[in-house]
Amino acid sequence: MAALLIAPAAGLIAIVALLPIAATVWEALHGHDLRLPWLGRPFVGLGNFVEAAGDPRFVEAVLHTVLFAVVSVPIEIALGLALALVMHRALRGRGAIRVAALLPWTVPTVVAALIWRFMFEAYSTTAFDWFVHPLAAWVPIIAADVWKTTPFVAILMLAGLQTIDPALDEAARIDGAGPLRRFVTITLPLLGPALVVATAFRALDALRLFDLVYVMTGGGPGTATEPLSLYAFVVLMQRLRFGYGAALSITVFLLTFAFALIWIRTIGRSLTSDHA
Amino acid sequence: MTRTAGAIAGGLLLAGLLFPIYRMIVASITPDPSLATAPLVPAVFSLEHYRALFDERDFLIPIRNSLVVAGATTAFAMPLAATCAYALARLRIRGRGLILSIMLAVSMFPQIAIVGPLYLILRELHLLNTYPGLVLPYLTFSTPLAVWLLTAFFRQLPRDLEEAAMIDGASRMRAAWDVVLPLAAPGIASAAILTFLYCWNEFLFALSFTLGPERYTVPVSIMLFRSRYQIPWGEVLAATVVASIPVVILVLTCQRRIVAGLSAGASKG
Repeated sequence: MAALLIAPAAGLIAIVALLPIAATVWEALHGHDLRLPWLGRPFVGLGNFVEAAGDPRFVEAVLHTVLFAVVSVPIEIALGLALALVMHRALRGRGAIRVAALLPWTVPTVVAALIWRFMFEAYSTTAFDWFVHPLAAWVPIIAADVWKTTPFVAILMLAGLQTIDPALDEAARIDGAGPLRRFVTITLPLLGPALVVATAFRALDALRLFDLVYVMTGGGPGTATEPLSLYAFVVLMQRLRFGYGAALSITVFLLTFAFALIWIRTIGRSLTSDHA
Repeated sequence: MTRTAGAIAGGLLLAGLLFPIYRMIVASITPDPSLATAPLVPAVFSLEHYRALFDERDFLIPIRNSLVVAGATTAFAMPLAATCAYALARLRIRGRGLILSIMLAVSMFPQIAIVGPLYLILRELHLLNTYPGLVLPYLTFSTPLAVWLLTAFFRQLPRDLEEAAMIDGASRMRAAWDVVLPLAAPGIASAAILTFLYCWNEFLFALSFTLGPERYTVPVSIMLFRSRYQIPWGEVLAATVVASIPVVILVLTCQRRIVAGLSAGASKG
């Protein structure tokens, strides 16, 4: 009976998610251009990946994606932790704080992107335009991402905080430990698992960055803010080079997969074994 | 940290979270001439942007599309996910860990990795620019997410009640339907709310698989307001306010359920 209950959902997922992934791998090994249908779909082996390795726009897109994750995720974790502490310690108005914190997370990413683009345009002048400078254009993108996802981190952290026995903190306080000392030696280590999970979720999400950039800068100026997902989208849906586009989107997949593997193997394991 | 310092830090954080929403609302009711200076406090109040949104842009069509797609996806995903999650949480199944890992991995898939083949499949089936052509792709991330959340919920439910029902002669199906389902209702509600939110907010699939304004969802439609040279900010921000209304209603009424859903999804990793 177990199989009967699982089959519908598992079958659906196999058809609509796993099959397309396999198809992407297959496409990536073939030359396939929707604008040149008479060429058919010749097998090109790793040709598309070789082309990617020599494509400076691809290499830059990988760097953009990784740098975006490296910069934005730590900010989100730090602010999310701070927000969680505020929510945890609030004596009054918990419900109001929770609503305020949930709003940015629940508005559509496109909405978040447009609000932040509007605000940064308002703070741009003819002398300095945030969206014209190749490095400065990242600031609104990262600001919007931090704004939108900090509440998500905070909620995961809050769940972690609520599992910590207040007696531990109280005992340390009676023994004369100051607030900072108690935070570093008690709260932070016990939050370890929550931190690991939140960082993993955020990093995996950051590595597939698409919506924010598409709406805020379109990858510009030039391709200065173009992440890997966006470049793959351009190759797929605008240039209609499905073979090469598949190879590029496989690299997004590999990037997240590699991160997940490393994260579980190193930090995840050491922390969960310590505090299981 | 003293109590005052904490209160100040908290106040700043909350102000930072709410300020952009305040700016959006103020800008959406500021008429065009003064919008250029983006005033912090509205000097003049006008609903002209909202009028333009519904009279000239037919914004009801994308709202209808988004409601249909998000609603249908949730309606399809929840029963499938609930039965699957119940089996994973309660029955002895070989490879349960593996199935759950695959569910989590699929719900965290970078969507771009399947856009190409899904486009070709939907084109072959003549489903591009149709509601099923969006619901099917949306099931790729919503079903595994719901399975993952619901498995966590079902595991938290005490087994005693359904075992008692089975000892009294109820079949497992009957026990699941009459005893577990009512108990799990809050969990199912959480999962359904999160599923709906993810579908309402989804952008990449909607951008790739819709071809015209008659099927654009809300995020795609707002994105395409811009002309080549400028963005009609008044209307865009009025549209973002409207697009946020359903999620704000959900947040206001179901904040506890949303928090519970998110926390359950992250626990037991």
